[in-house]
Amino acid sequence: MNSVHNQATAVRKKIGSISYAKWGYIFLIPFFLVYVVFSFVPLISIFYNSFFENYMSGLKQVGPNFVGLENYANLFENDLGKYFYNTLLIWVLGFIPQITISLLLASWFTNLRLRLRVTGLFKTIIYLPNLIMASAFALLFFVLFSDAGPMNDVLMHLGIIDQPYRFLSEVAGTRGLVIAMNFLLWFGNTTILLMAAIMGIDNSLIEAAEIDGAKSFQMFRLITMPLIKPILIYVMITSMIGGLQLFDVPQILTNGSGNPDRTSTTLIMLLNNHLYSKNYGLGGALSVILLIVSAVLSLLVYDSMTREQRLEKREKKRMKEGAGQ
Amino acid sequence: MNKKLSNAARLQLKLSRAFCYIILTLISVMCLLSFYVLIINSTRSHPDILRGFSFLPGKSFFYNLKSLMANANLPVVRAVFNSLFVSGCTALVTTYFSVLTAFAIHAYDFRFKRAAFAFILMIMMVPSQVTALGFVRLMGTFNLIDTFIPLIVPSVACPIVFFFMKQYMEASLPIAIVEAARIDGSNEFRTFNLIVLPIMKPAIAVQGIFSFVTAWNNYFVPSLILKSTENKTVPLLVAQLRNADFLKFDMGQVYMLITIAIVPIVIVYLLLSRYIIRGIALGSVKE
Amino acid sequence: MKVKKMLALFLALIMLVSMAACGSSGEPAAPENGGDTQGKVLNIYCWNEEFQSRFTDYFEKPGLIPEGVKVNFVITPNQDNAYQNALDEALLKQDSAAADDKIDIFLVEADNALKYVNTDYTLDVVNDIGLTEADLADQYQYTRDIVTDSNGKQKGTTWQATPGLFAYRRSIAKDVLGTDDPAQVQSALSDWDKFDKVAEQAAGKGYKMLSGYDDSFRTFNNNIVKPWVDSSNKIVIDPNVMRWIDQTKLYTDKGYNNKTSLWAPEWAADQGPAGKVFGFFYSTWGINFTLLGNSLATPESEGGKAEVGNGIFGDYAVCQGPQNYYWGGTWICAAAGTDNVDLVRDIMYTLTCDPVTMKKITEDTQDYTNNITAMNELAKSDFKSDFLGGQNHIALFAEAAPKIDMKNISPYDQAMTEQLRLAFKDYFDGKVTKEQAFDNFYRAVIEKHPELTR
Repeated sequence: MNSVHNQATAVRKKIGSISYAKWGYIFLIPFFLVYVVFSFVPLISIFYNSFFENYMSGLKQVGPNFVGLENYANLFENDLGKYFYNTLLIWVLGFIPQITISLLLASWFTNLRLRLRVTGLFKTIIYLPNLIMASAFALLFFVLFSDAGPMNDVLMHLGIIDQPYRFLSEVAGTRGLVIAMNFLLWFGNTTILLMAAIMGIDNSLIEAAEIDGAKSFQMFRLITMPLIKPILIYVMITSMIGGLQLFDVPQILTNGSGNPDRTSTTLIMLLNNHLYSKNYGLGGALSVILLIVSAVLSLLVYDSMTREQRLEKREKKRMKEGAGQ
Repeated sequence: MNKKLSNAARLQLKLSRAFCYIILTLISVMCLLSFYVLIINSTRSHPDILRGFSFLPGKSFFYNLKSLMANANLPVVRAVFNSLFVSGCTALVTTYFSVLTAFAIHAYDFRFKRAAFAFILMIMMVPSQVTALGFVRLMGTFNLIDTFIPLIVPSVACPIVFFFMKQYMEASLPIAIVEAARIDGSNEFRTFNLIVLPIMKPAIAVQGIFSFVTAWNNYFVPSLILKSTENKTVPLLVAQLRNADFLKFDMGQVYMLITIAIVPIVIVYLLLSRYIIRGIALGSVKE
Repeated sequence: MKVKKMLALFLALIMLVSMAACGSSGEPAAPENGGDTQGKVLNIYCWNEEFQSRFTDYFEKPGLIPEGVKVNFVITPNQDNAYQNALDEALLKQDSAAADDKIDIFLVEADNALKYVNTDYTLDVVNDIGLTEADLADQYQYTRDIVTDSNGKQKGTTWQATPGLFAYRRSIAKDVLGTDDPAQVQSALSDWDKFDKVAEQAAGKGYKMLSGYDDSFRTFNNNIVKPWVDSSNKIVIDPNVMRWIDQTKLYTDKGYNNKTSLWAPEWAADQGPAGKVFGFFYSTWGINFTLLGNSLATPESEGGKAEVGNGIFGDYAVCQGPQNYYWGGTWICAAAGTDNVDLVRDIMYTLTCDPVTMKKITEDTQDYTNNITAMNELAKSDFKSDFLGGQNHIALFAEAAPKIDMKNISPYDQAMTEQLRLAFKDYFDGKVTKEQAFDNFYRAVIEKHPELTR
């Protein structure tokens, strides 16, 4: 294994650096061309505008007037921390069950020994919620969880509560519904991603382990997990970015208010409020903050998950250098 | 594959299988509940729906279907085809170019590789809300309002799909394969199309589904780009129905349209999800 | 193999659709006619089909569209503020747009009318468009005030008036007040103090006076004595709005309401056969359509008939209630830069000034139209509504509509009314103090309108 790898690196170095580098650039052209043409101007204007007072008062443009860091200060004075906390709390409470269930389901669906039947049906069903538009999905939740709705009927019938629980009037109820909806919308996606990753694994490795008599859990922990790590990193990071950018579910569910007492207002809901008046000053500043937070958090995740790998690499390098001398 | 198992092991397997089925059934019920509500409501009349939910179907299914189809301002069939076209193109374009971009970063060593990678990851974190209005304005200056181009072409540069492809390659695309092709004299573009793409099939199917569904349900930007009735996509019609005036406001029709809108994506999903499973054999390195 | 075939089929389908799509959208725009005063395309921006159906029935069908003019409705639903976003973008680009792409007509609602009316993007219907003062004289004053700019120029016009009334349950009124006669019930509810007293009586008999928190909001808010925002951009909380807050809190704490919200399922159910609510504030369209629909046990689409015996059809009656108000309405505005001034004038005249058309609209659709003479004529007739137990509610509308006073409207009303109700729901629910609710309200409004201060 090791020698093959080394050989490959050697070949790559020889061929790659001499004549193939230009292909790297060529293959990047479409992405960067399209990005620059379609999205670069809006992106740059985010940074630029965050230092200006720039919004519409009705149809009248106010600004742009340079205000330095005032927009940033304004955000922090106006409870940015609270919305950050809301967003993070909702993400963490949603992500833990999501990744757990998704890993569990993905491992069941791909487990050769369990050989579950009708998995095709289950796989289809778990992805179905994602097919409904978020706005339509919120509509359905309104119906199910309204004060005199079927959920309250069921709960009262079972004797769990004796008065209707007014879900959207309670902090826990509202956040809980946001988390539940988000979970239902996205756990199917995560499961499919992880399944695809597991199926990308060379079957022979698993067969070999099976012959060696490894238990399911052992096999999962020692073979599957390390091999799907790149996809796990992907899931973690994109889910985190998605979590920080959580918007449509709480927006629709609370009519844009983020109530009760703005405890379900997320960062992007705040951004959306500022964009109502095309406030690119405050909106831009908020986006920049969000960008920095996402980048730092992503880096932390990436770093902690690839630490082992990097240590291993460094070790190898040192050994090679040692051997070379 | 079939090895002899001891009785104890067989019992244990049976128990864990039963456990799996119970959990799967519970989760399925949760997922199907909203569909049940949706379908039930599409059979009920507007005032009935307004008054709250009932677990029993109503009698207005055909009434709702008929009034939905009778509305000349809501070309449902046309909108479904528009949505199919936009979402299909988006899925194709975004997966193909994301694999290409990921391949560039994964397989080649060049000077700005790290910078390019870092840049793409950074733009992945830009919240789309803030650029949306600027994007629409830009499309206005390009004279692309009321065309499908602003909905399809920008998906060439989709950082999230790129990132997935890159991570997938890390797990499943050994450089040795590319190098072997080089030794066989294949040119790089050919290698990409004939060797890399097939290996990436499961990843392409996964992200193809995701991009298709995202594009299918996309409302905000299309609502600002598409103007004429014959260019509208399904979510715009749903919003239009929900915004109807008091004479025409009919939640029965809204639910009916949402139900109809789901059928095509379920079909696409079924088509592509089989592909993911078949992908194991196709994508295997051994081939 | 099968999958490959299906994929191929799918791709082929996409290609086919793409060709079809290109075929229709690839049409080049007709070359601009420089010399003509009459543009070839009339662009109308709106958020639903209401105006389009009026336009089709009463302007297009009678053959009033000049030959060679294409009418193009751009419908952008209002979800996520998309309509205003699209309209604003188009208006800001109006100068540079080609003549046939320019907006000619756009529609506004009362809550956001002044945002457009107070700018030069909207044309004066008298001086720019050419309607005469006499044409407009028969429109209800409040519908003109809503679209009158700060210089006193009227910049929009509507075919609809939407005076509001209080629709109460006859059976409950009999039980609580001993009478279901509209005149007597009105005298028992003619101001808010009396209204509160009846609420207490009704609660004593096991009824709720109102269904939810925002039922009476509109009535209070339409009678504020100062605009929501003063000349120095400071937000003003009117005493009448304070009164709504205190009344609703009292009703909630004492159980005089059912804690519902507008358009919630419980709210609609309260209007039906199982409801125990004394009454609802509803305007023209709400009574004839929404309330009627909610009152039936078997809906019309399922073979139920709108007649006595089906649910509580016939058990409602209307009276004027404690204060005058309106609810709803759509105004037609002409965009500066239009190349179809004459056609716009014709449309505005036919659909909003012409008594013959207006009367016909009311007769065809039961919509209450914006023409005092025509409506008074109907009010004097022996019109009877079976739904309201034989009452002539048109007479009440005709009496109420001239009394509505909307001089205190501001460009910020949309944000103010929406955010106030959202913020104070927490207060009524007992989740926050009054101060905290106000704080949340100010925050939300200032986020949307950074130029305002508390």
